[in-house]
Amino acid sequence: MEETSANEWHPLSVEDTLSLGASVAEGLEAGAVLGLMGRLGSGKTHFVKGLARGLGCVGEVTSPTFTLVHEYTGGRLPLFHLDLYRLESEEELWAIGWEEYLDAGGVIAVEWADKFPAVLPEMAQWWRFEVEETGTRTIRRVDAPETEEAET
Amino acid sequence: MTRSATAPPSYAGPLILALESSCDETAVAIADGLDHILASEISSQVELHRPYGGVVPELASRNHNLNLRPLIDLALEKAGVSIEVIDVFAATAGPGLASSLLIGNTTAKALALAAGGKPFYSINHMEGHLLSPFMGDPEGIRPCAALVVSGGHTLLIHLRGLGDYQLLGTTRDDAAGEAFDKVAKMLGLPYPGGPEIDRQARAGDPAAFDFPRSMIDSGDLGFSFSGLKTAMFYQLPKLDQPLSPTCLADLCASFQEAVVDVLVAKALTAIRQTGETLLTLSGGVSCNHRLREKMSAACEKNGIELKIAAPAWCTDNAAMIAYVAAAKALHGVEPSSLDEDVNPNLRLAD
Repeated sequence: MEETSANEWHPLSVEDTLSLGASVAEGLEAGAVLGLMGRLGSGKTHFVKGLARGLGCVGEVTSPTFTLVHEYTGGRLPLFHLDLYRLESEEELWAIGWEEYLDAGGVIAVEWADKFPAVLPEMAQWWRFEVEETGTRTIRRVDAPETEEAET
Repeated sequence: MTRSATAPPSYAGPLILALESSCDETAVAIADGLDHILASEISSQVELHRPYGGVVPELASRNHNLNLRPLIDLALEKAGVSIEVIDVFAATAGPGLASSLLIGNTTAKALALAAGGKPFYSINHMEGHLLSPFMGDPEGIRPCAALVVSGGHTLLIHLRGLGDYQLLGTTRDDAAGEAFDKVAKMLGLPYPGGPEIDRQARAGDPAAFDFPRSMIDSGDLGFSFSGLKTAMFYQLPKLDQPLSPTCLADLCASFQEAVVDVLVAKALTAIRQTGETLLTLSGGVSCNHRLREKMSAACEKNGIELKIAAPAWCTDNAAMIAYVAAAKALHGVEPSSLDEDVNPNLRLAD
């Protein structure tokens, strides 16, 4: 995988995305929150699969779009995998127990986090996933959500 | 007998009250044994009038706390029974959202306790879907290979008997129903996208575009539908925009065909692996016309009996939870402990 700068990667395969997620996981501490941004099929779920692999969590990581939250245990830290794709308001996120997940002492990975960026804590890491029509993929760690690019 | 005053005349028993609140829907059902669903209410399908008047706002559709009580009252009223005659209480214990599960589960336990310590059964939501094809079947639950396909799940299971399940395969990424909804969104179709793709596809050519049949030859019973999103993403820019109605119908039909082909192929492999002669199909995606059509044809050709869940029991509902509770009670399965907690990661089989 090509690493064009300290905060930018160009995965050439699904395995590259998994490896990146796994290496990111190694540096995460309890309470870490990762906001993942990018359109459908840009690699967000595969990145979370990598996080689970890096944390040593048990079980197949699958998309939580319909189920909203998946929990993975058995690793160095529990992993809470959320997807805001189907939520319509911040209020709904609080209603499904957002506060409890924040306090659960695990790692929280949130797909479509840029829908409600204000609910993520200030210390959250933000990751942008891009894929061009040519097939070139870019994963970038960014300072803040760039909501104007978000697919709504 | 005081019971006869409020119980239905043909009361076979046990009378079961079941609550389901694993994710989006709040649902309540009342069943008389295995064979009669007396009421099955789903919050999104009824206008619940609050004590202060008014209708549940759309925003609160997932607000199980507000919905549950009026829904229980409505179900009792429709079933024509009072809560005192309920013999068995049941609720979904998982998988699902912890906060949502707790509301239905705790309420059912409290009702069981308040009724003088009546039996309570914690039910796995997926077991509800798994057994739903047998609802109303006088032959009851029989060994089979089962395909459960919904927005959140894609499972192949070997059902050997009540409570005896072996997981044969599941999705590695997206569920089949999720693939339908996400591709529908890419195509600009309204939510929920599954039924919309089904509708559009009827006028389309399923061979117009060659979408990948992911893992169809993988030899195992795993699924992967996430690559279909990518295939659609690369296909769309090559087409004239806006899409003509014909092109849209062809895209829908071709995409749907790719999903259906994989589901049918894997289900047939599951039948071969298990040696069963009965295949069951349940979950929201089992309402898809093309899936029903191709699965029926494949089963007929291979001498396999096919049972598909009735459409009313395909989406999330509490009747299937009541059915599982009835089956457990009638098979002498021990009731659950009131100390048993909900489990967001509850598994059906390993």
